[in-house]
Amino acid sequence: MNIHEHQAKELLRRYQVAVPDGEACYTIDGAVAAATRMGFPCVVKAQIHAGGRGKAGGVKVVRDVGEAEATARALLGKPLVTHQTGPQGRVVRRLLVERACQIARELYLGMVVDRATSRATMMASTEGGIEIEEVAARTPEKIMRETIDPAIGLASYQARRLAFGLGLAKEQVPKAVGFMTALARCFVESDCSLAEINPLVVTGDGGLLALDAKIGFDDNGLFRHPDLRELRDPSEEDPREQEAAKHELSYIALDGNIGCMVNGAGLAMATMDIVKSAGGTPANFLDVGGGATAEKVAAAFRILLSDAAVRAIFINIFGGILRCDVLAEGVLQAAREVGLTIPLVVRMEGTNVDEGKTILASSGLDIITASDMLDGARKAVAAARRRP
Amino acid sequence: MSVLVDRRTRVLTQGITGATGQLHTRLCREYGTQMVAGVTPGRGGTDFEGIPIFDTVARAVAETGADASVIYVPPVGAADAIMEAADAGLRVVVCITDGVPVLDMVRVKRVLEGRPTRLIGPNCPGIITPGECKIGIMPGYIHKPGRVGVVSRSGTLTYETVHQLTLLGIGQSTCIGIGGDPVIGTGFVDVLRLFSDDLATDAIILIGEIGGAAEEEAAAFIKAHVRKPVVAFIAGQTAPKGKRMGHAGAIIAGGRGTAAEKIEAFRAAGVRIAPSPAELGTTMQDALREARLLS
Repeated sequence: MNIHEHQAKELLRRYQVAVPDGEACYTIDGAVAAATRMGFPCVVKAQIHAGGRGKAGGVKVVRDVGEAEATARALLGKPLVTHQTGPQGRVVRRLLVERACQIARELYLGMVVDRATSRATMMASTEGGIEIEEVAARTPEKIMRETIDPAIGLASYQARRLAFGLGLAKEQVPKAVGFMTALARCFVESDCSLAEINPLVVTGDGGLLALDAKIGFDDNGLFRHPDLRELRDPSEEDPREQEAAKHELSYIALDGNIGCMVNGAGLAMATMDIVKSAGGTPANFLDVGGGATAEKVAAAFRILLSDAAVRAIFINIFGGILRCDVLAEGVLQAAREVGLTIPLVVRMEGTNVDEGKTILASSGLDIITASDMLDGARKAVAAARRRP
Repeated sequence: MSVLVDRRTRVLTQGITGATGQLHTRLCREYGTQMVAGVTPGRGGTDFEGIPIFDTVARAVAETGADASVIYVPPVGAADAIMEAADAGLRVVVCITDGVPVLDMVRVKRVLEGRPTRLIGPNCPGIITPGECKIGIMPGYIHKPGRVGVVSRSGTLTYETVHQLTLLGIGQSTCIGIGGDPVIGTGFVDVLRLFSDDLATDAIILIGEIGGAAEEEAAAFIKAHVRKPVVAFIAGQTAPKGKRMGHAGAIIAGGRGTAAEKIEAFRAAGVRIAPSPAELGTTMQDALREARLLS
């Protein structure tokens, strides 16, 4: 789960990580009032779950009330297109109005769970304000890493090593150590999957400040953080993905026309791949999970049918825990409720496959059966093409 | 012969009184696995269909001589269950649970350092040596005893692989689902080392997916150490960037972890790539024929 910059900064503030004073605003009037409280010049920042906002015109320094109002009016309620949003952009529904500061240096500080070492890792770089992936590709030697022992946390010497490596003056090093230690605590205690301060700035008076902040949480850890779960912004998520999440289905919208329903993430990805190699394009990734019930399968089916771009549905199930007869019941239930208006191709294998096939065959529904994955993909692609 | 588990393996179930634990304990026993004990705190002294239940893993091990465990405990208690199993000295621990917090696994791996316990999972289907021992949730009947080792980050895609092999008459030595999470107990390289050293394994099929660099590490290991034919498939060739594809670990982050990079790494290591998920079995058949392991 990702959160907005202003929410990330509020969370960091709770851990005594230094962030600029600021207020989240949802209206033009609110933004003007906040700007007046901050004093001019101040900064108005569009809040969307995507990077590249600065270059796209989503971050503006304003010098007076008139500029604050004009900027808020130009941003609020309008889509902002950055290199991460896709061409349709994301609608800006909230702004962060922040006190401006003098910037002497821009640095990078980030944390992730490193899969190779199975440990949380802090990364720092003198190349602040640039995407870290770009730095990693061009000048990997400019990224310093400290691997964190979960029994100890970030040790002071590790933070010092990063601080001196960043070329900070000796008076700034204790501040940096405090900053990094607080960030590491926040990361671990909040079950973060990503925490990025980019840029971390050295201010004109020698202070350190998180000028931008990006935090993502491990969805599996959210059960122990009811307060963090509240930070979810549904308007940033695809409505079908939300509906799927309610039914504990894993769904990702794509831009093709063949709706896919599969059990298991690996098989679901492989199904998308085979649809593509058969000459079609998948409309989605959908994993109904191992222990799906007939109700869950029916919900999944409704989600697929709610996508107007879908011209054919391809169900590919390898029954393990999910039995083929249960799947068949779910498909029938949904088809009766919603009405089946587009071709349905079913490939089933595994536990109770014969029972499942019998249920579908005797249903009276117009179902195209497939003998294996490739056969199913080809039939789905052909069926999608036949429709006007 | 096989790796990690065989007909002598004595298995206990942690979380034996839950619906999933009961169902799969029963199915594993029907397959022929020696299911010798169950553990559910507070239920010690009772039994599940004749399998004695204990309050602690230590007690279950002392009473029954179990040397492996399978965990169906919900996410909130899964990390604790793994640590309890390791503390009791179990040789193999299989964690089926999906949804374990990543930072819990970071702590668990720290605890496992220097211990003899091999953890498989979490979020995995388990491990099976066909005809001898099934520990996990895979459908037993699709497997066939034989000489191909199977290792995979996926669940149902592993079943697909095994099914295709069996239909072609190609049996399996051992099949291991290592799990789809970012931090897991046993990785590709660990399993490749086991299969490479196993006299009963002639060839290996590896099923990877997008995200992380485990496949690249596997490719480097194969190039340097594995002298048996290896076939690989990578799921997610059409997956969009920045989206988590069901598995917590299946995400192309910062442009890294794509299927194309992984396939290239395997090709460079001399691994035969299955061009599509419909050709997992036939690609292995070709590899076996070329190595004169199959006529």
